[in-house]
Amino acid sequence: MFIGRKSDILASEITPREVFENRRGFIKAAGFSLIAGTAAATGFISGLASKRAEAATQRQKIVGYSKTAYGAGEKLTDYDDITTYNNYYEFGTSKSDPAPESMLFKPRPWTVSIGGEVKKPKQISIEDILKVAPLEERIYRMRCVEGWSMVIPWVGLPLAQLIKFAEPTANAKYVEFISIADKQTMPGLNIPVLDWPYVEGLRMDEAMNPLTIMAVGLYGELLPNQNGAPMRLVVPWKYGFKGAKAIIKIRFTEKMPQTAWMKAGPTEYGFYANVNPTVDHPRWTQSTERRIGGGLFSPRIKTQMFNGYAEQVAQLYSSMDLRKNF
Amino acid sequence: MVIKYQPSKKQIAWIKAGLFVAALIPLARLVWLGVHDNLTANPIEFVERSLGTWALAVLMITLSMTPIKLLTGMVWQIQLRRMMGLFMFFYVCLHFLTYIWLDQSFDWMAIVKDIAKHPYVLVGFSAFVLAIPLAVTSNNAMVRRLRERWKQLHQLVYLIAILGVIHFWWLVKKDIREPLFYALVLALLLGIRLYHKYKKLSNAPGVAANKAVA
Repeated sequence: MFIGRKSDILASEITPREVFENRRGFIKAAGFSLIAGTAAATGFISGLASKRAEAATQRQKIVGYSKTAYGAGEKLTDYDDITTYNNYYEFGTSKSDPAPESMLFKPRPWTVSIGGEVKKPKQISIEDILKVAPLEERIYRMRCVEGWSMVIPWVGLPLAQLIKFAEPTANAKYVEFISIADKQTMPGLNIPVLDWPYVEGLRMDEAMNPLTIMAVGLYGELLPNQNGAPMRLVVPWKYGFKGAKAIIKIRFTEKMPQTAWMKAGPTEYGFYANVNPTVDHPRWTQSTERRIGGGLFSPRIKTQMFNGYAEQVAQLYSSMDLRKNF
Repeated sequence: MVIKYQPSKKQIAWIKAGLFVAALIPLARLVWLGVHDNLTANPIEFVERSLGTWALAVLMITLSMTPIKLLTGMVWQIQLRRMMGLFMFFYVCLHFLTYIWLDQSFDWMAIVKDIAKHPYVLVGFSAFVLAIPLAVTSNNAMVRRLRERWKQLHQLVYLIAILGVIHFWWLVKKDIREPLFYALVLALLLGIRLYHKYKKLSNAPGVAANKAVA
């Protein structure tokens, strides 16, 4: 080690210590369960068990959040379904990939940089973000563009509060959310399905709407890695892909951001991506959806305009042709 | 590469029996997973996709019998082709049944709209419809009755395979690796046929001339 000389290796190229240590811990845990679980017979099963055990120990309760009236009367989707059926391409394109593939991902320590059209660029740790505003539970329907839906009890803070903290200038017309793209811990990044990093965006009025939250937890616990830890966007009247996960950068812009999915399929995925049963995806229907958790014989249900949040958000789009601005 | 392996009649019967059981494994697996409540968070989609994928896989196996003959000179495996073709149809039927029953709950209006409006559904549905006459005419009596026309009719299987791959390709959101794999396998299987056909024609100009006259 040369003291006083700058390393020519980028910091981002070095495996973070936590990852390294976590791998060790993981191997240890696997070893233990192999000994303890000889009844389980195969290494595969005990490996899986140790992964599960580790995931269970990582589950951490959030203290001090308030319940809200959102989602009253909705039947919650099972925790297991919410955490094993994920679209999170950084961890693989199959919906069963993120749960096992995100085991090595470290959501802490975490710093979010805020920049673009702001009074002064800022860095803020996830711990401080949790203190920006009181945390609330919001039970929201989530409708995926693929035609399935869940009801998820998120814990988070109104994005408007975080934006107030960020102090955007009058030039800020849009907010851009950039997710982390860490090749060391995200195996899906090796496949160029999307132009990494994942980018999403909202118009300012959408971002300020009281429904929009920055989620940090679900089911009263800190977010699992596969659901976007340590923080992710939740915009319940838009298709699920608008909810950028593991956000590390927030930029305020004058021009509409180019999102990852717009770049991947401009005719199929628009900037607005509002849930709209009257405007089909070019390849499949959006008029109905399958609610996850109903089993083999549950019928599809009708998709609602703005995912049932029209009362709160329809006015945002009153002068727009939603067929063109899909 | 010439392989001279020629199983006896009895051995072929055993191979057929083994293949019959093997071809039922994908279905047995789904039943097993279903009984153990292990069909993922979205069981209907899982079952539907699994059956569709297996239909395509079994079709590829069906279409590989002739290339094996062309490459090795072995002919006995052609006797397995009909069974595999019928298994393809079996899985296609289950796939379609899952679609109209579990996925669409027999909502005929929605089904008609879905087929008419969405190219990937239409393409898949067309492949299913085209496979029906092939399954119906697969018995020996029909082979004898239709003679030359039987061969022509059953060349539809190439179109069915192409439609099947397109169906898969158009339904994936972004990661096309899996349908691409099937597209490449199909291209290889059809390519071997075309190559041999071309070689035969160019090696024997007389045959080509005769064909042209006929």
